[in-house]
Parts: sequence; C-alpha cells; structure tokens
Amino acid sequence: MATSAKPRVATVWLGGCSGCHMSLLDLDERLIELADRMELVFSPIADVKEYPANVDVALVEGAVSSEEHEHMARLIRTRSRCVVSFGDCATTGNVTALRNRFSVNDLMKRSYVELAPGGPAMPSTVISPLADTARPLHEVIPVDAFLHGCPPTAEEIWFAVDALLQGRIPELPNVYLRYG
Amino acid sequence: MAVITFSINGEPVSGRQDESILEIARQHNIRIPTLCHLDGLSDVGACRLCLVEVEGTAKLFPACSTFPSENMVVRTDTDRLRRYRRTIVELLASEGNHQCAVCVVNNHCELQNLAYQVGLEHVRVQYLFPRKDLDASHRDYIIDRNRCVLCTRCVRVCHEVEGAHVWDIANRGINCEIIADMHQPWGTSDSCTSCGKCVLVCPVGALIEKGATVAEMEKHRAFLPYIMTARTKHEWIARAIEED
Amino acid sequence: MTLEELDERGAEERARQEGFKTRVLTCTAAGCTSCGAQKVVEQFRKSVEDRGLTKEVEVVETGCMGLCGEGPLVQILSDETRYSRVDPEAAKRIVDEHLVGGSMVREHRIDPDMPFYARQVRVVLQNCGRIDAEKIEGAIAVGGYTALAKVLTEMKPEEVVEEVRKSGLRGRGGAGYPTGLKWAIVRKAQGEQKFAVCNADEGDPGAFMDRSVLEGDPHRVLEGMAIAGYATGASQGYIYIRAEYPLAIDRLRTAIKQAERLGLLGNRILESSFSFRVDLRIGAGAFVCGEETALMRSILGRRGRPRPRPPYPSEKGLWGMPTLINNVETYANIAPIILRGSAWFASMGTPKSTGTKVFALAGKIRNTGLIEVPMGVPLRQIIDEIGGGTTEGTTFKAAQTGGPSGGCIPAGHLDLPVDYESLQSVGSIMGSGGMIVMDSTSNMVDVAKFFMEFSVDESCGKCVPCRVGTKQIALLLEKLRAKKATIDDLALLEELCVMVKETSLCGLGQSAPNPVLSTLRFFRQEYTDLLKPKLVFEPSDGVA
Ligand SMILES: Cc1cc2nc3c(=O)[nH]c(=O)nc-3n(C[C@H](O)[C@H](O)[C@H](O)COP(=O)(O)O)c2cc1C
Ligand code: SF4
Ligand code: SF4
Ligand code: SF4
Ligand code: FES
Repeated sequence: MATSAKPRVATVWLGGCSGCHMSLLDLDERLIELADRMELVFSPIADVKEYPANVDVALVEGAVSSEEHEHMARLIRTRSRCVVSFGDCATTGNVTALRNRFSVNDLMKRSYVELAPGGPAMPSTVISPLADTARPLHEVIPVDAFLHGCPPTAEEIWFAVDALLQGRIPELPNVYLRYG
Repeated sequence: MAVITFSINGEPVSGRQDESILEIARQHNIRIPTLCHLDGLSDVGACRLCLVEVEGTAKLFPACSTFPSENMVVRTDTDRLRRYRRTIVELLASEGNHQCAVCVVNNHCELQNLAYQVGLEHVRVQYLFPRKDLDASHRDYIIDRNRCVLCTRCVRVCHEVEGAHVWDIANRGINCEIIADMHQPWGTSDSCTSCGKCVLVCPVGALIEKGATVAEMEKHRAFLPYIMTARTKHEWIARAIEED
Repeated sequence: MTLEELDERGAEERARQEGFKTRVLTCTAAGCTSCGAQKVVEQFRKSVEDRGLTKEVEVVETGCMGLCGEGPLVQILSDETRYSRVDPEAAKRIVDEHLVGGSMVREHRIDPDMPFYARQVRVVLQNCGRIDAEKIEGAIAVGGYTALAKVLTEMKPEEVVEEVRKSGLRGRGGAGYPTGLKWAIVRKAQGEQKFAVCNADEGDPGAFMDRSVLEGDPHRVLEGMAIAGYATGASQGYIYIRAEYPLAIDRLRTAIKQAERLGLLGNRILESSFSFRVDLRIGAGAFVCGEETALMRSILGRRGRPRPRPPYPSEKGLWGMPTLINNVETYANIAPIILRGSAWFASMGTPKSTGTKVFALAGKIRNTGLIEVPMGVPLRQIIDEIGGGTTEGTTFKAAQTGGPSGGCIPAGHLDLPVDYESLQSVGSIMGSGGMIVMDSTSNMVDVAKFFMEFSVDESCGKCVPCRVGTKQIALLLEKLRAKKATIDDLALLEELCVMVKETSLCGLGQSAPNPVLSTLRFFRQEYTDLLKPKLVFEPSDGVA
C-alpha cells in the first residue's frame, strides 16, 4: 500500500515510439515541481520491474499491439484509479496501426528477414507475439481521459497532469484537441 | 424569383426560393458544418453533417439540399444535432486509415478540422482499419483510398466541371470505393485530362500531388546548417495554434 | 379489340373450358417448380394421353396456390380437391384413381376445411393458382381487362382517382402511402409526359408476394397499371423487376405481348383515344433499388443510389417528369376496386387500413406459404389458425414483419390487429408482407444480427450513417454474441441505432436499426445475458 500521501503515478510505454515520453520530459523545469507533487511508481525512466498495485494515475503511451501489451493493459486497468491514453497512438492507433494493413506474417518477414541487416532470423522468444492488429487502448480497457497529438505538447501534458494530481479528470480545452 | 423569409436559430433570415438553407445560413453568418457540399458542384446530401431541425416535423433535413419555405423555423445548433454530427465524424474516422501524424495533408484536412469542430475526443466505435489500395500510376497524382471519405466531390467535379467523368463509385456499402474509368489504374485512363481538379477538391489526403508523401521526400543535407543556426539563435517560426 | 369483342373472348374461353369434364391445375410458380412441379405436369399430360382423356381433361399450369411448404400443389377443378406433395408417381395415381376411378388419393389430399384456406380472403390472389398465367384468354375468362374497359368507357380520369381515394387503398410496398392521394398528385403535376412505374424489386429476405402475383396473374398488374396511366395521364409504364425472378419476367413478357396483340395495351387501347405502353426494366438485385429514387436512377441506366426527397417522384421523376410509383400488389388491387366499387373495398379491413394484405408466411410454422387476409385480423389468427401454429413441441415466441426494415411482435401482442398503425405502435411495420415466425428455439440477438448484416451488405454506401453506422452496429452485435461486450457497448449500440435511424438519407438506413431496437424492446434480457463485466480498478489487485 501507498505510504506517502502523494499521488502514485505510473507512465507506461506500449506500442509507441516513446515520443510521448520525450514530450513529457519537455516539461523541463516543471519536472522538478512534479517530483514534489507525485510519486513515480512505474515508468520506462524508473527502474521498476512489475506494475505496482494501487496506482492513482497511469499515463499510457502507445497502441496495444502485442499479447504482452494486452496483458499489461488489463493489469494497468485493475491496478490504477485513473487511466489516461497518452498521445495519438494510444488514442487512435496512429502510426503503430499503419501495420494493420498487412498480415502479421508478412510484417514479420519483411522486418526480420527481408530487411534484416545482420542475418535474417525470426524472433521466437524475446518478442511477444504480435496481435492481429494494433488497437487504441480504449478498445481493450476502459480509459478515463485522452491526451492528443503525436506527440502531445508539453503544455497539454502539463494541463492534464496538473488536474490529475489534484484528483480531477482534466477537461481539455479545444486548443489541445489536435490529431497528428 | 420569390423571396422567402423564415428563421434560423430564432434569427429572422431571408433568401431566394432557389437558395438552399445552407446558402442562406452562410449569408447570415450561421455556420453549419459540411463535407460533401462544395460551392459550384451539385449537392448530393450524402455526408449528413449539415442536417438541421425543422419545427413541426421529427425528420431532419440536409441544409445543403433543402429549400426553405415561408415561415419555416429552422434550428442548426441543438444538442441532438451536435451529438449526431460528432457521431458522423466519429464514424468517418473509424472507417478509413487516418494517421494524421504521417498524412500529407496534416493540418490542412477537412476531416481533421471537423473532428476539432465537433470535439471528437476519441472514437468509441471500432476502427475498421481497412486494407485499401493506393494507385500511383498517374504521372502527377496519387489516389490513396485509405483516406477517402467517399464525399464524391472528385466524381462530381470531374463530371460537372471538367467534363471528363473519370471517377465513379464501385461496390456497395462499406466496400464502396472511388475508381477511375472502367476500374483501371488511373495512369491508364484515356479520359483523364490531368487537370488536377479532383486533387484540389478532395477534402482529405486521398487525392494528392506526387512528391508530397514522406516516402517521396528528398533529403536536402545542405539544409542542415540553417537548422543549426535556428537552434543556436532561437529563430523558430512558432507553430500557430488556430483558435476555434 | 372493342369492349364487345372482349366480352365475346371471355365467353368463348369459358365455353372452351366448360367443354372439359375437368381441369387439372398444377402450380408451376417458382416454389413448386423448385420441388419438381414440371415433372408432375409432364406426368399428368402423359397419363391423360395414355388414358385417352385429352378431350375431357385439360392440364393447366398456374401460379402460386398458397401452401408453398407442401408443394408441388395440384387442384382438380371439377370437385375442388387439392393435393399436396405431388410427385410424378402421385400424379399418375391421381389420373388413374381420381379422374378415372372416381376416388381420391387420400395420402396426398389436403383437408378442404383446413383453416389455412377457410380463414383467407382472396382479392389480390383471387385468380392466382386458378388460371393459366401464360394465356391471356385465361385472364379474360375471369374478367380480366373489364375494369380497364369500364374506366375507358364510363369514367373520367378524375373519377377513377376519386374511386381509388375513396377505397382507402394504401401502398403495399411498405410505407402505406394513400394511393389515391399519390395518383391525384401525379394527375395534377405538370409535364410533357408522365410515367407509371411498377415496383417489382421485392428484395426483402423471405418475401415472395409480388413474385407470386406476377407469376400467377400478370394481367391483373398490367391492367392496374393501364388504369393508373389513364387516371394520372401517364402514357408509358415501366415494370422494374429483379433479374432473380426469371419466371415472372417470362410470364410478364408473354402477358405484355398478348395484351398488345389484342389491343389491351399499346396504342388506342380498346379503340379508345388512350394509349399506354408497358416495358420491363430488369434490376440487378440490389435491395436499395426498391427505394423509389434509386429505382428511377436504375431505370435510367445509372447507379442505383437514392437521392434526398423532396422532390418526390410524383413531381420530378423519370427524366424530370411526374412519375407514379406503386407496388405490384397495389396495382393488383385496382381492378377489383373499379369493378366492385370503393365501398366494397373499404368494407374490408379497418377504417384506416382497408382491403386485404398478402403475406409470405415463413419460419417456424406448420403451414408456410402465401396467404391473403383482411387487414386488421389478429395476429393470433394468422399464426394459430392459418399457419397452424408453430412446429411440433415448441411455442410461439415472436413474428417478424417488414424484414430488415421491420421489427418483431412478441407473444404478448398476439391479439394485435395486423394493420399499418397497430404494427407501428409496437415498433414494427407492415412492410411489404414478409412474416417470419420464430419459436422458443430462436435467439433474438441472432435474428437482429442476421438482418443487420443484410443491411450492411445492401447499404448503397452513399451516406455516412448507413454505410459506416450499420457496419458498426453489426460489429457490436458480433461482439455481444462473442460475450465480449460490456454495458457501455450496449449503450453505444442503442445510441447508434437511434442515430442511424434519424440521420440516414433513405428508407434503408432509416429503418435498418429497427430489428435491433425492436428485439431490444421486447427481449432485452437476451442482450444483457450476453454482457461481460467491465474491467475496473481493484485496490487490492497485485497487493502482495
Ligand atoms: C430500401 C427500400 C427498399 C424498398 N423496396 C421495395 C420493393 O422491393 N418493392 C416495393 O414495392 N417498394 C419498395 N420500397 C418502397 C418504395 O420506395 C416505394 O415507397 C413504393 O414502391 C411505393 O409504392 P406503394 O405506394 O404502392 O407502396 C422500398 C423502400 C426502401 C427504402
Ligand atoms: S485530373 Fe481532372 S480529368 Fe483527371 S480525374 Fe482529376 S478531375 Fe478528372
Ligand atoms: S477521393 Fe477525395 S474527393 Fe474523392 S470521394 Fe474520396 S475523399 Fe472525396
Ligand atoms: S441510407 Fe443507406 S441505402 Fe440509403 S442512401 Fe444512405 S447509404 Fe444508401
Ligand atoms: S453537406 Fe449536406 S449532406 Fe453533406
């Protein structure tokens, strides 16, 4: 259980390019303020292996693209009070979903055989099997709020995170509604 | 031509009998969203974004192809209409492969603008992720059916303005697609005059000029020093965020 | 041909028929033909010849006799005996034992008191299954074209319109628009030329009323169209019929040729100053081409896509000219109205839904086939008496009317009178006459899904709500069937249904959600039973 009174925040990197996380880092000096106001309990930039229990806010970047993503998404949902789709890939599938036009088999062949620089080899153990299609997060689990943009701007992130840390679902003004 | 007086959203308006509700609304600065309508082309009433309420009937009418009658009471901004418009844009977004981030018309797209206008925060229905064809056989242009919203503006402009009638619709329902001539590669079309009108009227990135896609971009390494200068001297051109 | 000659022709033909001791009628409409009626006819011909009865017995091919589920059907006219499931073997026995021996073939005999027949009132189907559909004399012998003769000699066009208006006849194509009113509008509309179109597209799954009328009594429809032409001022008629109805097309072609030869269609009909041509237009079988504006585009050789109305076809139709569009059954009602009067017609049915209605009864019911009942009969009478109840060991659950545009009527409403308003009041529609009976084994979500998938396939794709909306509704139903849908999905399903209904361009999209909305209304439990719980935050999940 949480010992501190600060909101427990997780950021997760599913099928995305990490651009949304980069944009999060674009908060620059505001990151210092954030560090005071929250506890980062899980993140690609924090060395935590398992998604913890009782998370208050989860920012989820990327589409749900593999079996592991799907498993993770469910875990995030049952262990987090508020789940936020973080950026266009989580919200629409976006670039990650470009591959939906091709069969998984063709895709894997293209990536790991035809275009492989260091000798072709199909991955069998290291990479989680891909789902038939990459899907936006809310098609897999209920989502409470959506951040837009590829990636979302630091301003939009700040606006949302500020509200979330005060225990509110952010009501984003229309200027932050931006696809692409 | 007789002049008709009626009201839109409680405001008295007037217009000629042969002017659609949409035309008259625009003359009075009342905004009604549209997609299949384009000034100068015939109206087909297909996208249903311009639906309005008329007092005395439960039916909704497309403003682009409905003509007013005396004392008609028209509403364009009810909750119901706003909800339906949002759902229409939502359905369109789910139908194609609209990856704005890598689209050639990103920030110049009518569908994207509509999504902002109606406040489409996320799409509740399933994305269909269709597997549609792209045809780059024409010398100057490309049609990428993955982004087509089937507004048929291209069909109409080519038929009604250019007089070439290259485009038509094949198949039915969700399988509809725009085809050139007898369902052949655009580049082999004998009727196309390469006038480019269809490309100009396409509201989305389905009909585009060659050379604009990411894959076709040429890298100009010589440009790098300018970027360095901009970075060090902070001479960015700020990206304007349009207010709605 | 003159009126007198027409009467003579009729008398001649009746005398010819009476010259036979009996006539053996075999239904060779599509249903019975598909279970071997042609072989039965051949056998009758052969047996009659073998027995040397060709002078005494006439073997006749007719249209639908109604009890389609029991075909091939045969009727012996001399004593009105009906036989079911007749194969060549039985045909031989009927000739040997019944016609020669004088005793009926019991195993194949249909009980003459069967409520299936007793409860019906046949106006539209009066001649269907009783006359030779390929010989105009057969129709003339039973009064065919006398109504046309009557209007041409005794009535002014406006009197005809008035008579039809007074009859209370409403369109049988689905929407139930008052026919007299439509005729009056076309009559008043200005145009160099006017057209009268017969809508024989009949695309609802399970519906075969119009096909049966055209196969069984094509002249009745042609006569109705000619009368409509006279009343409205149209000089050209088109019958828009789907290519999947080859027999009906054949019989219509024959009928038109015969009528033209006798001067009952074409120039100066019955030597009057009225001319009316009828041509066929064959549709390629898209459901949406039954919608009148799409139908007109299809007649013009263009892609069958609806357009917004107004303008209605009666103002701006084919080639921009005033165009009357009516359904097959609507036209088939005209001649009796003219001959027997509007008061007689209005005395049948209910005040707002007059006359009779033909239904194609199908599904989990004992007697499937084509029936005709007065408007306003209780549904129970159709199901239990005419239909003979549901099949062994099951109970009635619901009846679906109006096909993909309609809804279902649950057991609790069995006493509902079958008329336009009552059906609408329970969320269904009269539709064109398909009636599918479901018993306790039917799953209503599957029923809704079936019809929704039909609409997805048949949507023309012009407008967004129908093109994408029906697809999304079908996907939600699929998700539900796979037990992957949550309460949120169910809410979205309902929201989409209402939205598609209210925003679609034409009747297809506007009515496509009806099967879902109607099953949700009466069988909601079957939907909620399939829901899975929504994934939610569980504070203790993952706590070591
Ligand atoms: C999708 C759709 C399909 C239709 N199919 C038929 C049809 O097969 N036959 C028909 O008579 N009417 C059909 N209709 C109704 C026609 O549009 C039209 O209302 C009718 O033919 C008018 O004739 P009535 O007034 O005699 O009923 C259809 C309507 C819609 C919207
Ligand atoms: S380029 Fe001109 S002629 Fe060719 S298809 Fe487009 S509009 Fe038609
Ligand atoms: S290609 Fe463009 S203009 Fe043509 S129908 Fe599609 S979206 Fe409309
Ligand atoms: S409702 Fe359906 S069938 Fe009718 S115009 Fe729209 S897409 Fe076509
Ligand atoms: S703009 Fe009127 S329906 Fe599309």
